[in-house]
Amino acid sequence: MTTAIVFVEHADGTPRRASLECVGAAVAAGATVVAVLTGAGAEGAAAAVTGASEAVILTGGDGYSPDAFSAACAELIKARSAKAFFAASTYRGKDLAPRVAARLDVVPFADCIALSASGGGFEVRRPWLAGRCIATLGTSGDVMVATTRLNVFKPAASGAPAKVSNGAISEAPKARVTSVEAKTSSRLDVKEAAVIVSGGRGLQDAEKFKIVEELAAAFGNAAVGASRAIVDAGWRPHGEQVGQTGKTVSPKLYIAIGISGAIQHLAGMRTSGTIVAINKDKDAPIFKVADYGIVGDAFEIVPALTAAVKAVKAQA
Amino acid sequence: MNIVACVKRVPTTEAEVKVSGDGKALETGGIAYMISFYDEIALEEAVKTKEALGSGEVTVLTIGPADGTKEIRECLAKGADKALLLKDDAWMNRDARATAKALAQQLGEMKADLVFMGRVATDRDNAAVGPMTATYLGWACVTDVIGLEIKDRAGKARVETEHGVETVEFSLPAIVTCNKGLNEPRYAGLKGIMAAKKKPLEEGTALDVPNQTQIVQIALPPARKEGRIVGEGAAAVPALMDALRNEAQVL
Repeated sequence: MTTAIVFVEHADGTPRRASLECVGAAVAAGATVVAVLTGAGAEGAAAAVTGASEAVILTGGDGYSPDAFSAACAELIKARSAKAFFAASTYRGKDLAPRVAARLDVVPFADCIALSASGGGFEVRRPWLAGRCIATLGTSGDVMVATTRLNVFKPAASGAPAKVSNGAISEAPKARVTSVEAKTSSRLDVKEAAVIVSGGRGLQDAEKFKIVEELAAAFGNAAVGASRAIVDAGWRPHGEQVGQTGKTVSPKLYIAIGISGAIQHLAGMRTSGTIVAINKDKDAPIFKVADYGIVGDAFEIVPALTAAVKAVKAQA
Repeated sequence: MNIVACVKRVPTTEAEVKVSGDGKALETGGIAYMISFYDEIALEEAVKTKEALGSGEVTVLTIGPADGTKEIRECLAKGADKALLLKDDAWMNRDARATAKALAQQLGEMKADLVFMGRVATDRDNAAVGPMTATYLGWACVTDVIGLEIKDRAGKARVETEHGVETVEFSLPAIVTCNKGLNEPRYAGLKGIMAAKKKPLEEGTALDVPNQTQIVQIALPPARKEGRIVGEGAAAVPALMDALRNEAQVL
């Protein structure tokens, strides 16, 4: 069987869901997965990586260094004659994978939405031009290096690593993380969330945007998203922007409120599971991609929807 | 300080995508181009860094077609001192590795100290060329930067992850990839446009590196299932809830 090394991120000893989805994608494509982890709490997280046959914890250095860690990952890939290196398409994964690829002198692929075995190696499917077309790609390189889009793949159902071993990060770092300000809110990032409630210019001003936050809060675990127009206007931070110059998302449920649906926004969310649009303009392009639409005043509709969602959640 | 801003010409956000008959390429006829969105931020940061340091020179570097000088002149009008166009007729098909190897060779030869690139080019969306180029050169690299300080031969950058904001310290030479929020790119003024005409624009040839990427198929995205308007105003909320719970089963 082909071996794939998968980078697993974790928090407080718990593997991140995005990484478990990535392991799941590799297992589903027929690979034997060796998980690679680093950082405080890696031992606890390693034992909880469902789908991995083995885990390797890399330690060394003062603070995370992407260049030093990528060197150690490349060494591990060579030592195991692995045919692939996968990571979730998170900040850390997207930063790491190209470095590992360059160490191996192979081409990497980001944000893949399908992964499959092909002729002893792997093939991927990924969006180009922010989803305006989908490319199926292979590589003539020795190793397939790819990151997987969040919320697209399923984690493996069960199976913990039978063996956990240690390795060293030995290269001198050229860049390293010296401090981290953790997010103060517990709200999920738009890339990770299963439900996103997004708002646009139709909400009139930054103050009135709170109806979007209230609906997101009613879902419990929803993220708040924003259109480019209102990020540029300074109502919301760039981290919340969905679209070609923001984040590309695939939640189970995407609710667009007061967003007309410019190409640049649709590019970032058209692969969502179910799309709901609330807009006063019945001809708004967002209705063309929406599964369900309500035409009308968001300031009447959204509070009513918030109350209805709260009522359902209270029953659950 | 020898500062370089790498920019790429990409199809505009509105460009209509057509797939060729064999399903293995994009048809490029009639496509309008622009400088990739994040590369504008990279260029601005390069010029701003030179201004803040009070010395140095900013070179715009691109791999593109022989007639790709319009976008480069715009960069010169926005404050870059000179430009280098590495010609490659197959520039649109060059994969991330082939691009990174050609840039690494050129940047090493130029003895660049600090290189700015966009976070991602809005065509292949790989976000790979910055960190790959730095790795080939053995240089530091920080990606998706939203805040930057350069002092002597060292830098301190702020990056936003899904879980917070990290500070990354690094040594020069380095490649910094720029995210939205780092700065507000300036517009070219008339004075800048006039000055740009006299600035040097050199041409060279991009290192020939065969692609590893094998295109199996390019297809338009599957059309979404046709949706429906469930109603108007707050009165439609129960119908929407019913659809979300019983039809889509997402609630």
